[in-house]
Amino acid sequence: MLYSLIMLPLAGALIAWLIPGDRLRPLLLPLFGVLHTALTVDALLLTPPPSPNDWIHLDALGKVVLLGISVLFLVCAVYAVGYLGYRRERSNRVLCAGLLICLSAMSLVCAAHHLGLLWVAIETTTVSMAPLIYFNRNARSIEATWKYMLICSVGIALALMGLFFLAYSTIVAGQEPTLLLEPLISSARKLSPDWLKAAFIFLLVGFGTKMGLAPLHTWKPDAYGEAPGLVGALLAGGLVNCAFIGIARIYQICTASGNAGFFLDTLLIMGLISMGFAAVFMVNQSDFKRMLAYSSVEHVGILAVALGLGKGALFGALFHVINNGLTKGVLFLSSGNIHRSYNSKNTSQVKGVLRRLPWSGGLFLAGFFAITGSPPFSPFLSEFSIVSSAFIQGRNVSGGLFLLFLAVIFIGMASTVLPLVSGEEPAETVRTPYRDRLLTVGPPLATMLLVLMLGLWLPEPLRRLLMDAAALLELRP
Amino acid sequence: MSSFADQLLVLVMLINFAVLGSSRIALAIRAVAAQGVVLGLLPWLIHPFSWHLLAIMVGIILAKGLLIPWLLTGAVRKAEIRRETEPFVGYVTTLIIGALLTAFAFVFAEKLPLAPAHQGLLFVPASVATVLTGFLVLTTRRKAITQVIGYLVLENGIFIFGLLLTEAMPVMVEAGALLDLLVGIFVMGIIINHISREFSSIDTSRLTTLKE
Repeated sequence: MLYSLIMLPLAGALIAWLIPGDRLRPLLLPLFGVLHTALTVDALLLTPPPSPNDWIHLDALGKVVLLGISVLFLVCAVYAVGYLGYRRERSNRVLCAGLLICLSAMSLVCAAHHLGLLWVAIETTTVSMAPLIYFNRNARSIEATWKYMLICSVGIALALMGLFFLAYSTIVAGQEPTLLLEPLISSARKLSPDWLKAAFIFLLVGFGTKMGLAPLHTWKPDAYGEAPGLVGALLAGGLVNCAFIGIARIYQICTASGNAGFFLDTLLIMGLISMGFAAVFMVNQSDFKRMLAYSSVEHVGILAVALGLGKGALFGALFHVINNGLTKGVLFLSSGNIHRSYNSKNTSQVKGVLRRLPWSGGLFLAGFFAITGSPPFSPFLSEFSIVSSAFIQGRNVSGGLFLLFLAVIFIGMASTVLPLVSGEEPAETVRTPYRDRLLTVGPPLATMLLVLMLGLWLPEPLRRLLMDAAALLELRP
Repeated sequence: MSSFADQLLVLVMLINFAVLGSSRIALAIRAVAAQGVVLGLLPWLIHPFSWHLLAIMVGIILAKGLLIPWLLTGAVRKAEIRRETEPFVGYVTTLIIGALLTAFAFVFAEKLPLAPAHQGLLFVPASVATVLTGFLVLTTRRKAITQVIGYLVLENGIFIFGLLLTEAMPVMVEAGALLDLLVGIFVMGIIINHISREFSSIDTSRLTTLKE
């Protein structure tokens, strides 16, 4: 059954490639999205057995991320049908096939317990997303695609070096060389500490580039700014979470090594730097899609801080993985609608969105409040549990900086978002054929309601799943 | 046998300098291809024969020696570009920096806590030197195509380190990594084409519209 999660989207990609008509092809996306979500729910409830060699093994951590990715993909898939209806002028063959290949690779990332396989899957997500960023085929998007492709490829190559160091640490320790997760965790104490540190640094740099931790985030504003909204949503809510799994796996090994301090502190500092960068660049941002990219830098920073704090913050980290993914979905999809309607993403031209597009504008505004951690939305809960864990552990400086950055980011983002949604429509902007319709507003609306629901009531099975996943990341005595 | 492997690794490091010093892009592509073939021969020298090993070797030589150079040459021909003119840092300077980095790699590798079986071998210094050379090419050249060549040199350097661990990397994973590299280069080739069409040059220093 685990294999079908990976093979089914691949089959979908093949069918999408073979279908000749641009009208019919987008319908495949929601079809395979629904099937994938159904399989995911099934896998979550039944816990399929791992493969005999333990390469493919869906544990609680993988389940959390898989759930987030699957739901987000379904939302984006339904939205894609509406969106591509407005983009009849170009072929969507590469887009549809690429999205499904990426879904397959993301599922594999969630289920891989062999770190080499995990690396291959993450690299596949990188490559399969590149043509999608270039969907608009203009000078700006080619520049963004080039930066994304080159920086992420080099980053992922460094992660491979990190994996080799990890395997080498087993050789230096005189053990059977392996890259399987379980043997590595159980023998973590015996691994050569120096090589383990080197491996961690390289993997953090490699997967951190992919995740967009500052100062390795330079490709992110360009790629998020130029990619179509639904691709941006999958970059910010899907690929980021895949890279998070990569870091979480090495985290599992490092914290089991008995000398966790160095690893935790590095993550904590890296996370705070990312939040700081985001706070600085968020202020005076005139391009609202680039603003979302910096918001993504902020939130991967939050995830890194939570991993660095450990203990009680881990539950918050995993909850935040889901919350951030879903809320980013709302923001990117609604910002895509706004971009379509105004044919501009600059705040000097986009004003009065609530008047022109009450639904998309309202969702963008609600998404802004949710992502900045305002109650009653779910990101508030996860951020609150992370920061309260910081203070409980007596890490007052980290907790204080965390709150300070959140406040600056709230103000910075508000100064871009509020003028955008409120006020009068500028008279000189052209009216494009875009109108809010069910297919382009429904998916982000449903996601927003989900974020609201998770903020008010966390279903018991999900809570237990998050607890189980947090236990996997827990320090081992 | 390992002394022959060491000679091949010296050859790999010499090819690094060929890449650093060549302004003709066709020459640089050929140099990287030659490096890939040399690396493809190495596993045979240091590990006992097995079908797993043979499959990896054939895959590497085909991918790095034939397919990737073919893709890159195609991209170069379509973009009608022959030379890397005006790199950010001149050729003589990069050659000197390259020599310094290689020397540093040897000193650095001496200090590493290697497994007893690997001490005194050239694998680790050659790997570090090649990775650093790749970075040097990536950062000092303007043209998109030379940056791809830098990425390939970097990847080759990482691969040399991986030779010490063929047991830990199953053939499936090796094949997947190689396939990803191939597709990645293929996509990069397409992007280069579009860059040259859009900007009528593949000079990446012109890619500056997106900025804060």
